[in-house]
Amino acid sequence: MTYTIEVNGTRRSVDVDGETPLLWVLRDVLDLKGTKFGCGAAQCGACTVHSDGHPIRACQMPIAAVGDARITTIEAIGQTQVGKSLQDAWIALDVPQCGYCQAGQMMSAAALLARTPKPSDSDINDAMNGNLCRCATYTRIRAAIHRAAATGSI
Amino acid sequence: MLARRNFLKASLAAGGGLLLTATLPTPSKAATLGVPGTDAVMLNAYVRIAPSGQVTVTAKNPEVGQGVKMMLPMLIAEELDVTWDAVQIEQADLDPRYFSQTAGGSTATPLNWLPLRKVGAAGRHMLIAAAAAQWGVPAAECDTTPGQVVHRPTGRTLGYGALATQAAAMPVPHLDTLTLKDPKTFRIIGQPIRNLEVPRIVTGQPIFGIDVTVPGMLYAVFQKCDVHGGRLVRSNVDEIRALPGVRAAFEVKGGRNLRGLLDGVAVVADSWWLANRARQQLDITWDEGDITGQSSAEFLATAERLAKGKPGDILRRDGDIATGFSKAAHVVEAAYQYPFLSHIDLEPQNCTAHVADGRVEIWAPTQNPAPGSKLVAATLGIPDSAITVHMIRAGGGFGRRLSNDYMVEAAWISKVAGAPVKLLWTREDDMRHDFYRPAGYHFFKGGVDAGGRLVAFSDHFVTFSEDGAMAASAEMPPAEYPARLVEHLEYGVSMMPLRAPTGPLRAPRSNGLGFVFQSFLDELAHAAGRDPMVFALDLLGPPQLLPDPPGPRQGPGFDTGRMRGVIELVAAKSGWGQRSFAKGTGMGLAYYFSHLGYFAEVVQATVSSGGDITIDKVWVAGDIGSQIINPLNAENQAQGAALDGLGTALGHGLTVAGGKIVQGNFDTVLPLRMRQSPPVEVHFNVTNHPPTGLGEPALPPALPALANAIFAATGKRIRSLPIKDHDLSYSA
Repeated sequence: MTYTIEVNGTRRSVDVDGETPLLWVLRDVLDLKGTKFGCGAAQCGACTVHSDGHPIRACQMPIAAVGDARITTIEAIGQTQVGKSLQDAWIALDVPQCGYCQAGQMMSAAALLARTPKPSDSDINDAMNGNLCRCATYTRIRAAIHRAAATGSI
Repeated sequence: MLARRNFLKASLAAGGGLLLTATLPTPSKAATLGVPGTDAVMLNAYVRIAPSGQVTVTAKNPEVGQGVKMMLPMLIAEELDVTWDAVQIEQADLDPRYFSQTAGGSTATPLNWLPLRKVGAAGRHMLIAAAAAQWGVPAAECDTTPGQVVHRPTGRTLGYGALATQAAAMPVPHLDTLTLKDPKTFRIIGQPIRNLEVPRIVTGQPIFGIDVTVPGMLYAVFQKCDVHGGRLVRSNVDEIRALPGVRAAFEVKGGRNLRGLLDGVAVVADSWWLANRARQQLDITWDEGDITGQSSAEFLATAERLAKGKPGDILRRDGDIATGFSKAAHVVEAAYQYPFLSHIDLEPQNCTAHVADGRVEIWAPTQNPAPGSKLVAATLGIPDSAITVHMIRAGGGFGRRLSNDYMVEAAWISKVAGAPVKLLWTREDDMRHDFYRPAGYHFFKGGVDAGGRLVAFSDHFVTFSEDGAMAASAEMPPAEYPARLVEHLEYGVSMMPLRAPTGPLRAPRSNGLGFVFQSFLDELAHAAGRDPMVFALDLLGPPQLLPDPPGPRQGPGFDTGRMRGVIELVAAKSGWGQRSFAKGTGMGLAYYFSHLGYFAEVVQATVSSGGDITIDKVWVAGDIGSQIINPLNAENQAQGAALDGLGTALGHGLTVAGGKIVQGNFDTVLPLRMRQSPPVEVHFNVTNHPPTGLGEPALPPALPALANAIFAATGKRIRSLPIKDHDLSYSA
């Protein structure tokens, strides 16, 4: 069946089974591979994208349920002020090790800063706890969020 | 020390410029580092200089997040004497001309520190020779500043780009005649160099194994028996072929080798999601074989029974253990254990393969491509030379990707399907088909005399065998600390059979042994009524080098002075012993030597009366020699390793039931999360020893430091992991 969804500001039509998770539509149909598969069970956060600005786990969102929601992925997050300031902070502080989780981390962080421009450590804990980093770069992720909040004119 | 002959070659690069190929004999020193299989393996490195002055340096090793793709080129660029901004890095494929293309054992620094610097120095030597020839002056009058040769008497300069073509024609220097830079003049080594991959990571570029796409590619899943090595009897694979999107579905008859291709059913489809959905309709009958005794409860019962008898083997015997205990004023006995662990790389195992016309092309996130290529060759019955392996950035390794089972599966499925395929495992596949960190059981007895000195120490270690031999990564070194420092000491070992495959996990052996030994030594310090830090320094004694026993794993020995140094550093930084805490808060110390690195760590933890743990802060002190090559990455690696240890201690542990791993996802295996993650302060003692690696040695002390902090906070001793299974509540 054909579904039309809005991804990164563009309407895209895909012909897939309606149960197909958004994650696999993004990765294997639309060739947006920045969103990652880690657990398939909303346990790790590697597949975090925005739906109307809210962080969701794309592995749990059937394509048929996306409807008119505006989907934003890591490939386009730099087009927002918040996203750009996070990318700059991630680079400045050399956050990643393997880097596999970082797209999901940044999508959760971008949603946090959009609603809480100056987050406390506790805000960061609450917003980021669903995103696993197996390399445990949490110290720098936290610092980078604070840095983006301080430097970005959000 | 390098052998006298060298095989440095220079040639014209395509499009002009210098292409430097160095084939160096393996440094004989490698043999003393306990690194197996490095004899007679050759090292190559490449430097390419374009007429524009652009320098391209090849990164020869697999990148799994340890930063080696930056570190190895930094060594070459330093001695070549170029600005880092002028350097581009290219990832090598698996190539027999390279030396040791593996990511394991924290070996990249000790094995490459001198050889790759000499590669850079040789290039600089030839560029100087080219400039001297052009000017008609002696080379001795010339020097370099980054990117150019300078004639000192006249101040004339020539850029590397302009010299590159002529330099390629210059005689190749013998590597042992080259003078390396004085470390005081380093411009790249020792600088906080940012990872050039980060801009691609933060914009979601397709740089990981799972992102590989090749024309005509199909997607595959592979269902194996959850009892490792179980044989396929029959399946409904014919029904699977009719499901939507399925292009091929077939049974695979594998071998008996748990590290090779195993029995299973492959499903190949137009998309991964369709392949995996079809797989859920599989109905397979397995012959699981004999699973008697293959459960965590039975392993523990067997270990306890074995511990009551004599050890199957004596690993080490110093003095006379009975005499030692007769001198002890306090004797402590304790049983410790640690569980099986999965590596849980966040990127599940995957591989893309294309078998066609007698050739195989493989795109693999692997830590160890060469054995993978040989495994594919042997399994498919083709020569190794017909296989190309592209090493793709991996979303974590931690030792899992040293094995290449996913590689041979992808190649086999591509061959049968007649198309390029991307095989991707689910998280459950990944957790249930791993090469596990083996569980271990330690039955300790220790004695301290009236003066509070450790005089007797014994351990009966119960571990696992596979097919009658010691299981991989399940052994204990006879020199395990505190051996060599206790007059009366005995280590014995007994084995019980295991059907699951085991293998190295970040800081293999040390990740379990560090927990049990450092926790039990903390118990003994408290039994002696002594501060654990004072007890540790007393046990280490005066600075001295304790040589390793001879044998294939003989290392450079254990330097008590270096260990004292990091203990004293971490004590000073953490304010050890200078603060008093309310009940519920405490500090724990642990120290451990592994992978040539000396680390001491202090954890401060608070336990609520309800039993909830907050890790307040961690202090890490390390000694990895004379040079921190990239301080920006070094801090990241040390923080990550310490936090990995804490997360492992808190929430990670597998149980076995009926020969199968019970857990399958992150709802039951609980890696560290942001809320649990404390600040980690990292300090290095820079000492006059060759630089060594950092992927692993900061991990082992973190687990016992946390357990010891919990004891200090609550009086409750953690003798098994994970900590999440313990009730730590107390009356406030």
